[in-house]
Amino acid sequence: MSTEHLPEHPEFLWRNPDPKKSYDAVIVGGGGHGLATAYFLAKNHGMTNIAILEKGWLAGGNMARNTTIIRSNYLWDESAAIYEHSLKLWEILPEELEYDFLFSQRGVMNLAHTLGDVRESVRRVGANQLNGVDAEWLDPKQVKELCPILNINDNIRYPVMGATYQPRAGIAKHDHVAWAFARKCDELGVDIIQNCEVTGFIKDGNRVTGVKTSRGTINTEKVGLCAAGHSSVLAEMAGFRLPIQSHPLQALVSELHEPVHPTVVMSNHVHVYVSQAHKGELVMGAGVDSYNGYGQRGSFHVIEEQMAAAVELFPIFARAHVLRTWGGIVDTTMDASPIVGLSPVENMYVNCGWGTGGFKGTPAAGLTFAHTIATGTPHTLNKPFSLERFETGALIDEHGAAAVAH
Amino acid sequence: MLLFSCPNCGPRNETEFHYGGQAHVAYPEQPEQLSDREWAEYLFYRENTKGLFAERWVHSAGCRKWFNMVRDTVSYEIKAVYRMGEQPPAIADRTQHNPSIPAPEGAKS
Ligand SMILES: Cc1cc2nc3c(=O)[nH]c(=O)nc-3n(C[C@H](O)[C@H](O)[C@H](O)COP(=O)(O)OP(=O)(O)OC[C@H]3O[C@@H](n4cnc5c(N)ncnc54)[C@H](O)[C@@H]3O)c2cc1C
Ligand SMILES: [Zn+2]
Repeated sequence: MSTEHLPEHPEFLWRNPDPKKSYDAVIVGGGGHGLATAYFLAKNHGMTNIAILEKGWLAGGNMARNTTIIRSNYLWDESAAIYEHSLKLWEILPEELEYDFLFSQRGVMNLAHTLGDVRESVRRVGANQLNGVDAEWLDPKQVKELCPILNINDNIRYPVMGATYQPRAGIAKHDHVAWAFARKCDELGVDIIQNCEVTGFIKDGNRVTGVKTSRGTINTEKVGLCAAGHSSVLAEMAGFRLPIQSHPLQALVSELHEPVHPTVVMSNHVHVYVSQAHKGELVMGAGVDSYNGYGQRGSFHVIEEQMAAAVELFPIFARAHVLRTWGGIVDTTMDASPIVGLSPVENMYVNCGWGTGGFKGTPAAGLTFAHTIATGTPHTLNKPFSLERFETGALIDEHGAAAVAH
Repeated sequence: MLLFSCPNCGPRNETEFHYGGQAHVAYPEQPEQLSDREWAEYLFYRENTKGLFAERWVHSAGCRKWFNMVRDTVSYEIKAVYRMGEQPPAIADRTQHNPSIPAPEGAKS
């Protein structure tokens, strides 16, 4: 039973060219961020002699593994600015890319279960409103009206004491987003090169001049890293360190169901988040595995705990079946905010640290990172997200609003 | 689920433990002499090794003592368990800082 029909794909998506000897810029990583960066480099900065190098297949990393929640209700001004800009881009991109990716603005609720949660949430709603981000505080009755399958009884372990609600937030079909960007990149002349692993960098003094890959050496004037969970591995090849820790994060889906879940519900406290995919699966996520890991699977006990939380909040799910689980490797920072900007190596730029929440940031990450690569200076929106903030202490501590504890 | 061998209690389920990140990160010997860069290294920069990694765990639901472990971050295979204060076994050498990247003075472990 489908809730919405998937759109038809265009006849042609992208070429699969062999790498050229040299490019004006090379983007490492063919996930959503790499694709969006190349798109904006070509569209906004006229840089079309560029390549995206992907070690596996296009968008096979976190891009194809995430639970696709898009929202901009972050606490701090810097985050509200970049995520809200991203949300505005999501609203116009299907038309701009001429490719429907089913961006569904069905709203996102973040539940509060303790007095501390309530205070943090009400504060965040106020901060959002001051930043022009749509946000409301809902009491338990209003929560129930918006999502009737939610259990708001107060005799459960962590009763629902209210929720923040962002009506413009929602979900999109992630694969379609990647294909939409890839098709436009290709149309603009960008080479998308799959099965091409970057294995090292060539430098002249402190300036990067090329990349070594599993398909030969490529000379380039600029390198942009968009490698998510592998960012610190690449940085080490280039001779610098990143304050990044890589953790497995997993998600799972049920079999298809009739439309039962009208919005997106997240709970940081009991640690589950749920939406219903366009086709009808219940899509669920939880927190990261506590330890560092590069295995693309997650711990079983995390699923166990998230299922217990889900069934208490949504008693109707008790007889649903888990159909598939999978994991991705997310790159977390100490302040739960991304790093987008310059690196210690000249002409090399980093976009990483989006951790568990970078899908929503894809358009703004691409736009600002393209600006940084093309001009050699940060965009006003990504300037606060510099690597230096760990040295100056100007951290952007978003643990409360990042939604998946890490 | 992983099976950890606590040095005090023996094999126990992973859920009894809490993670403490990279092992052998010593408090700076002369903190008053650290530059902002060196403080940043001490506070925020940790190894993120793909492969063998020396890390700390606490047996929070058991003896409540900290210990060290060398684990492969790709296969999750546990290579060694040893007590706090003990040197990592030879196997952990690969988890040391990349020698091409100088560690800041005072923040050496
Ligand atoms: C289970 C899960 C749920 C999530 N849920 C959400 C959510 O609901 N909302 C949200 O906003 N975010 C979510 N995220 C986070 C989001 O997916 C990521 O922050 C975002 O996808 C990161 O950017 P990316 O798409 O470019 O990364 P990726 O798609 O991982 O792209 C990085 C690419 O780099 C490639 N690469 C790595 N090393 C090399 C190399 N040496 N050479 C060449 N290529 C290389 C990889 O193969 C990969 O394709 C979730 C993540 C996971 C894992
Ligand atoms: Zn013990």
